[in-house]
Order: sequence, then structure tokens, then C-alpha cells
Amino acid sequence: MSQPGTKKIRWVNETPLSPIERTYIPLVVQGLATTIRHLFSKKITVQFPEERYQPPDPIIYRGVHRLNRDEKGRVKCVACFLCSTACPARCIDIEAGESPWPDREKYPVRFTIDMLRCIFCGMCEEACPVNAIELTSLYDLSGKSREEMVFDKNKLLLIYDWTKDAEPPLERLIAAVGTREVPGGQSPPEAPEETWPPADAAAFDRVAERAAEARLSPPGT
Amino acid sequence: MAIALVDGIVVEFDERENLNGIQLARRAGVEIPHYCWHPGLSVVASCRMCLVEIGFRNAVTGEVRLLPKLVAACNTPAQDGLVLVTQSAKVQQARAMVQEDLLLRHPVDCPICDKAGECLLQDYYYRYGHRQRRAPWGPFTSRRKDIGEKITLFVDRCIMCSRCVRFTREISGTAELMIVDRGNHQEIDIFPGFPINNKLSGNVVDLCPVGALGDKEFLYKQRVWYLTSHPSVCVQCATGCSIWVDENQDRIWRLRPRENPFVNKWWMCNDGRYAYPYVHSPQRLVGARRKAPDGWCDLDWSSLVEELRQFLEQKERLAAVVSPFLTVEEAYLLCRAIRQVDPRAPLVLGDVPQVGEDERFPGGFAIAREKCPNRRGVEEVIAHFIGRVPPVEELPELVRRHGAQAVWLSGEYPQGWAKLEWLPALAELGVALIVHDLFPSALCDRAEFVVGAPAFAEKAGSYVNRHDRLQSVPAAIRPPKGVFPAGRLLWRLLGQEGTYEPASVLQEVARNISYFRAALGTIPPVGVDLKVNLLAVAENGTVNDLGTESLMIG
Ligand code: SF4
Ligand code: SF4
Ligand code: SF4
Ligand code: SF4
Repeated sequence: MSQPGTKKIRWVNETPLSPIERTYIPLVVQGLATTIRHLFSKKITVQFPEERYQPPDPIIYRGVHRLNRDEKGRVKCVACFLCSTACPARCIDIEAGESPWPDREKYPVRFTIDMLRCIFCGMCEEACPVNAIELTSLYDLSGKSREEMVFDKNKLLLIYDWTKDAEPPLERLIAAVGTREVPGGQSPPEAPEETWPPADAAAFDRVAERAAEARLSPPGT
Repeated sequence: MAIALVDGIVVEFDERENLNGIQLARRAGVEIPHYCWHPGLSVVASCRMCLVEIGFRNAVTGEVRLLPKLVAACNTPAQDGLVLVTQSAKVQQARAMVQEDLLLRHPVDCPICDKAGECLLQDYYYRYGHRQRRAPWGPFTSRRKDIGEKITLFVDRCIMCSRCVRFTREISGTAELMIVDRGNHQEIDIFPGFPINNKLSGNVVDLCPVGALGDKEFLYKQRVWYLTSHPSVCVQCATGCSIWVDENQDRIWRLRPRENPFVNKWWMCNDGRYAYPYVHSPQRLVGARRKAPDGWCDLDWSSLVEELRQFLEQKERLAAVVSPFLTVEEAYLLCRAIRQVDPRAPLVLGDVPQVGEDERFPGGFAIAREKCPNRRGVEEVIAHFIGRVPPVEELPELVRRHGAQAVWLSGEYPQGWAKLEWLPALAELGVALIVHDLFPSALCDRAEFVVGAPAFAEKAGSYVNRHDRLQSVPAAIRPPKGVFPAGRLLWRLLGQEGTYEPASVLQEVARNISYFRAALGTIPPVGVDLKVNLLAVAENGTVNDLGTESLMIG
């Protein structure tokens, strides 16, 4: 930062407009050219909700969260609170307890995410040590009340059940691609093609439909 | 005065203080990491984390000679001419090696460990460990063992510092914990059938430097970094231990002892530690109500003050029961408010709950039989107003003689009123009752006013323990909606300007009542000894007895 009075400050004067420019006609033509070019180029908007926008890569899209299940179908989360610690919006609320299963110590008795407060930054996903929370590509999120927008554990697990085929959990991706940590810090090898189910449009629509059903179900289910 | 050098910093100290190397370095602002050493326990020098280079300075030539081997600082008495080197490459390497060794077998389950965030193993690894782990990762889980009513042991997380073992031998004197097996197979255990259920057992969780000992009441409830600690005082007995109230969003999650060399050292008892759930009990009295012809009429804050004032003035002749759970400031304001309306109103000390006998432990810790925090303070306040301290049993008699028409009853007993034998006699006299209490009781049915009172952590103020030490603490959490702290209520009732400030009320008390004289000025976190001016007299050799006579002389 230059201090006032130091020689480092350079003053830049506005360039004076030429007489033609002062008529503003060239600028108007320039602006209209842009408009007309876009009129005839390929549209990037879609007619939602009749048409649905499809994120180019659903795997990295940051939409509604899901809570993954482990191989036995139980909630994978170990209730470490790291996601709620990392969350800048403070919208994850967890109540932990001793797990009823012999092979696990701790599990979330209650796990809620306030989707109205969430800013979909994905920090929770990054913080989770067991890849239990992930952001899906569901984005059209609406509800009739504030309470309905606070997603609880069951709802989040349900979203996993709906999306797990179209968007496989991270472990399966890693297993498919190879290890993430490559010795010697070289770039990871090329992903073999089609090792995980492609995010086809049909699967995606099914997910969206089921999500729409979920919104109709009463909160807390 | 002796002089030592710690990393080139000159430290002056008194050899009679019996400091060790760790404490000496702390005076120089240098931290020597340690696991097994605890100021309240004997020295074993077993963890080897506090290894430093030591040497001696020749007083004549000024030459410093360092010993060739590293020495444990915890076991090195501070002496004149001692030189400590704590940051050399040799020391750093030793620390990193100790850390590496401890972590070879330590389960990597910090995400579900309750100690994470306040764990010395984490902190020291971050500060003194190797940058990179050389051993393979694992194990990822710890075996768990149930070793007591309140305590659970995560066997594999233990780093064998033996603090817990020494605690049960030296402080609680119960010796339930022991080390079984040898070498790498060492484990903490109990003798079969003898669980650790002594009344100080909760302390082993605090002093365990890692997450090996867990508190079942707190287990998995919160992560420690969500908790905010507020200094407070335990109100469960007349010992008045200094404590931390760990709170998150106005909910208490645990209580921990706060170091106070004059009261509880580093410890607290389970009676006090696990008593807090009553604070969040749904049974608590909230709101204020007044008897109406057809049941109760709810009052809000401003109408309560107005109605109470009118009611007291209309009744003219009053009496009050001052609970030993009130703070000094509240007791003083209550006495003043009652006496302002009726200058001859009788004031009695509320019921002082007594349970069994004092419980003493070999380490010097004592749980008092008197289960209230502020009998001494309230007694002195009452004595200031009426010259003596009548017990609550005298209440009906005093009310009858004085012809009182309304009685202010302050309760705030966590367990409810222990004795109410005097109630029928009082009821016969037909006086109106103003009940300011925590829980509904038989008193509420006969009351004219029922007002919800705050629990200990919800109010600021001062308590005087049975050894005349006054401690001032702030409020830790906000009271539930509809609870009226006595201090604020009485402040408004007295028509005082501004907001209720316990600190300035205490100054008024200290100016007006000679017993509280030592509380003038700011109160340090460890509190002040109200006997201090009396002790000065005693040390002069003029008076040995610390009774009321010396008070007058002092
Ligand atoms: S996406 Fe961001 S804001 Fe939303 S819950 Fe996760 S961390 Fe919080
Ligand atoms: S970070 Fe993962 S494991 Fe930890 S509480 Fe959040 S979802 Fe559960
Ligand atoms: S349980 Fe804790 S206090 Fe006891 S020896 Fe192990 S680490 Fe030390
Ligand atoms: S000894 Fe008394 S003051 Fe100390 S923790 Fe126990 S009950 Fe509380």
C-alpha cells in the first residue's frame, strides 16, 4: 500500500472523447451488435420447469446434501461435528450419542441441515473425514414452510437412496479412478472410461421426480 | 532471592517456593511440554516429554557447564545458578521422538474422541512432533472398558502417564486404578469388582492429558470447541469450589474445577460436578403470577415491580426469609428493600441444609456437610440489619410478635425446601407470602405472588464460603424467559437508578458492613479472605482467637 505523500502514486486522467465519440453513435452501435449477436447465438437459458437444466458434471455440482450409508445400510456419519464446525453458515445441527452397533462408538442421533441458511459452499463435504456428507446435483429446492426446509437425518438418507446410482459416493469414484494420492506428486492417471454409471439424463429426471415427491411429504419424515 | 537462567532469560525466585524446572520455565514465559507431571500430584518423571538440557553456572567465573545427558525438568528442583536450555536441537529431537513413540500405538480416532480440541497429545504433536508420520497409520479404534459409574476407559488411547493412578492414591485415597502388565502391554485397569466410584472420580477425566478417560455424563454430547467457559462457584456445599461452567448457547454441558489454591486446588467433587441438570429442568418456576379471585393472574416484568411495590407498601408490616443460596448482593438488597418499607421488619436466615458429616480426603479436599454456598455472607448481612441471625424456625413466632402481614420467601434450593415444619404455624397467622423460588413447593399454593428465580449459573454475584473466602463471579448463561434475578428485581423495587451492577452493590456492602471490608476494590479470581484483617491482628500476637472480639479490635 502506498502511503500518502510517497512518489509511488501515479495519477491517470480520463481520456478525452473525440467529437465522433461524443455523439455516442459508435457506442450505441457497439451495444446493439452485442445484443443482436446473442439473439442469434445458441441459448444458454432453459424454459424451467418444463425444461430442466442439467449440470454438466453432477458429481461436482453443489446442490442439496445427502447423508451416505455404509455397506450395511446404516448412516455412515460418525457424528464428529467437523462439518458443522467447518460450516460458515452454521446451519448443521447434530446431536450425537453412543451408537447402538458394536463396531461403532458414536453416531448422530439427530442430524439436521437448515437448507434456508445453507450457502451451498461444500465446506461440509470437504471437512468430513469419512465422506459421509456429500452435495448432490439437486438444485430445485422449495418448500411450503421454514420447518420443511430443515432437512433431518431421514430425509438426507432418503436423498442418498435416490441419488446413489446417478451420483455414486466418492469412495466408489476413487476406487474406480485409482488412488487419489499419487506417489511422487504426479498428476493422477487418466480415468478409464465408463467405470462408473454415466450421469444420464433419464436417471437424472428420475431423481428430480423423487425429490419433488419428497417435498410433498411432511417435514420430519 | 536465587537466580536461574532459562533459555537466556534471567528468572528470580525464592528457593523456599520449591519450584521445579517446569514451573521455573513458566516464570520466564517458556513452556516445557509435559504429560505425567501435574502440580497437584507426586513426580514420577515417566513420560520423558519434559526432557531439557540443564547446567550450572559457576557463581565466581560465570562459566556455564551443561550436563551431557538430557534431564527431566519436572524432577529438577529450581536452585541458584541453574541453567535450562529448552529449545536446542537436541531437546527438540527428544520431544519429537517421545511424540512419535506415543503415537505408534495411539488410535487415530480424534474425530470421535471427546478430548479432541483440548488434548495435549494433539497440541504437542502439532508443536513438537515430526512433520511426517513414519509408521503406518492405525489403529483406528480403541477398546473401551467400563470402570465406574461415571467413568469409562478407552484403553488404547492411554499414554501411561499414570496421573489417574496417582490421583486415586494420593488425593482421593481410594486407589481403585492401577497399571497392569508391563512394557508395551501396560494398561490402566481396576481390580475386578472394585469400580472407581469415589466422590472425586470425575477429576480423573479432567487430569487425563488425552481422551483415555471419558465422563459418561458428557460423553459424545458436545465438541469442546463449541463450549465457552465462564468462571463460577459451585453452590452445592459450603466449600464453594471455584469452577468453570462450560456452556453452549445458554445450555450447561459440563462443570470443571477452576484452579484455586485457597479453596479446591485443582479438584471438585462429583456432587457438585453432576448437579447442574436441575438448571435445565422443565419443572422450574418461570414467569411471575399473582393470586386472583379465579386462579392466577400472570404478570410481566414492569407490572410485577409495580404491583409488588404497591403490595408491600399497603401491607406495611413485613418479614423476610433470606436464603443462603442468595448472593451477598441479593441478600443485602432484599434486607434493604424490606427494611425500607418496614424499618423494624424481622429477617431470618433460610433453611441451611445439612447432610451427614464433612467428608475429608487424604489429599486435603473436603466436602462440607452444609449444602449451601453462602450461609456466612447472608448471616453477616442479616446481623448488620437486625443484630442477630434468627433461624427460619423462629419465623412464625417473629411474624406473630411483629404482626407482619406479608413475608418475602427466597428459596432457590436446587433440591427444594428441606424442611417446612414452620409452614402450618405461619399459615395459621394468615400472612401473605411472596415466593421467589426455583421449583414449585407447598409454599406456592399459599402464596400471593410466585416469581421464578434464577439458578446459580444464571446470576452474577458473590458467595462467602465456610472459611470466610468471598468469591465474585459473573453469570455464565442467560436465565430462561420469565425468570427474574433477585438482584434486578430488588434493584427496581428499591427504585434505584440505572441497571443492577453486583460489583457496585458489593462495594456498598463492603463500605457499610465491617465483615466485608476486605472486599473493597476489585476481587481477584481466587477471591478474597474476609478474615484477612483479623489475621493481621492474630499475627501480631495480640489476639489468637478469631472470634468477634478480634473483629472489633481489627
Ligand atoms: S454447504 Fe456450506 S453452508 Fe451448506 S451446510 Fe455445507 S458447509 Fe454449511
Ligand atoms: S463431518 Fe461427516 S462424519 Fe463428521 S459429523 Fe459431519 S457428516 Fe458426520
Ligand atoms: S488414563 Fe489418562 S491419566 Fe491415566 S495413565 Fe492413561 S493417559 Fe494418564
Ligand atoms: S466440595 Fe462442595 S463446593 Fe466443592 S464441588 Fe463438591 S459440592 Fe461443590
